[in-house]
Amino acid sequence: MASKKPDNATVSDELLNGTRRDFLKQSSVLTAITLAPTGLVKAAESGLDEKIAAVFEKIPVSLTVNGVKHDVSVEPRVTLLDLLREQLHLTGTKKGCDRGQCGACTVHVDGKRVNSCLSLAVMHDGHHITTIEGLANGDELHPLQEAFIKHDGFQCGYCTPGQIMSGVACIREGHANTESNIREYMSGNICRCGAYPNIVKAIYEVSKGGQKV
Amino acid sequence: MNQFEYIRATEQAAAVKALVKDANTQFIAGGTNLIDLMKMGVAKPDKLVDITRLPLKDIKKTPTGIHIGALALNSQVAENSLILQHHPVLALALNSGATQQLRNMATVGGNMLQRTRCGYFFDVNMPCNKREPGSGCGAIGGINRMHAIFGASESCIAVHPSDMCVALAALDATVTVLGPKGERRMPFADFHRLPGDHPEHDNTLQKGELILGVDIPDARQTKNVAYLKVRDRTSYAFALVSVAAVLNIEGGIIKNAKLAMGGVAHKPWRLHAAEASLIGKQATIDNFKQAAQIAMQGAKTYKYNEFKVKLGHNTIVQALKTAASVA
Repeated sequence: MASKKPDNATVSDELLNGTRRDFLKQSSVLTAITLAPTGLVKAAESGLDEKIAAVFEKIPVSLTVNGVKHDVSVEPRVTLLDLLREQLHLTGTKKGCDRGQCGACTVHVDGKRVNSCLSLAVMHDGHHITTIEGLANGDELHPLQEAFIKHDGFQCGYCTPGQIMSGVACIREGHANTESNIREYMSGNICRCGAYPNIVKAIYEVSKGGQKV
Repeated sequence: MNQFEYIRATEQAAAVKALVKDANTQFIAGGTNLIDLMKMGVAKPDKLVDITRLPLKDIKKTPTGIHIGALALNSQVAENSLILQHHPVLALALNSGATQQLRNMATVGGNMLQRTRCGYFFDVNMPCNKREPGSGCGAIGGINRMHAIFGASESCIAVHPSDMCVALAALDATVTVLGPKGERRMPFADFHRLPGDHPEHDNTLQKGELILGVDIPDARQTKNVAYLKVRDRTSYAFALVSVAAVLNIEGGIIKNAKLAMGGVAHKPWRLHAAEASLIGKQATIDNFKQAAQIAMQGAKTYKYNEFKVKLGHNTIVQALKTAASVA
């Protein structure tokens, strides 16, 4: 494994030429490569041969994300959020609190909105996932995406993918018929910039419009 | 999160067997509480048994009432037509808890098994007899604003966080569980326990037991119900105090009353004496106040939660008023 480890010169070149995301990907790859052998050695020293197998065992999972079927292998502790972002590189879904309190990680599983940070990827074998990347129809934005732009439903934008995924579900569920209902049924999505009035307006407008979302 | 093994159960008996076989094994369904606890280092299972593919999702009419499978989602129960027709207070309670995302994941069985949100339980650097028996209770001399005023002990003053369970306690539900020795049933009121000397046990489940479902017995239908939850913000917060009220009123006279409170004890707190005080009486504010006074007798407060006595009283009165005024 040591031979796979890139030398420092290579890393620097890539860092100089790469984007911030490339850097993040590169550094997480490095961390994995550097740490794995040490962990293995430690486990072997403690006579935990059986544990090594368990610890490094990855479980195959087949799931459909935005209409595309993926066959992946994950450790049991990998959340659906981390699978989407780190393995499938669908980074539109955001990690906020990572504890189900902020809603930035909201995706649809078999049509229902859920917090992907509180869900294990292995438990989604056979499920259909929709993320923010799967909402638009080619270059044509989803009506709620358009409405968020029109009503200025965001400032920094970090919570926006979660807000929109949650908002679409809120409309489909029939919980977007009044502004107070929208506020109640969107309470799982926190916006630290405080764009709530405009988020509510955007959802209400699309809901009132009656078009299929 | 610590590493763990993962297996998927396809049969109930196999799930029970898997839990009995290995010491540090837990069931996982919605995961909304367990995964959070695992990330915080509060729960550290070596193995998880995924029970979400077991056929325990039905909500159906039975000869004696309504059966809700342990794996029915909180959102499914809250929107189910049988529940809305026969036991609307349960739907009100469910919808007052968590968020739609969490209700879409959380199951009925998981809701019953959720752990306290006491800050000392969640912080592994703090003493907590529930998390680590014998380590002490950080809340008793600490920040105990959210804590119990009924049924607490010198070991633990945590409260049970569920809204759903408050309604199920009021509705005289029963719980069916499957264990290594077979099935057994218990009244919902006996499912959760008071902390006593063993706050590490939230409930009376035995090792390996799997909740199969909950049965709500038929009762005379009534629209005179309320679930009033008082909290620090309008939505998505745990109860400071909550009250489930179910009344049968005929000609202005209360024929039957069921009352339970949340946010005040280690388990859903049924108010039998207050209920008895209402039966045969007129549905008036004075009678509601008297019931509330009876209900709050014996409350024991700590440094920061004294407010819960008056708040509890007023919440009972308001819940009864709301329930009685439903046309």
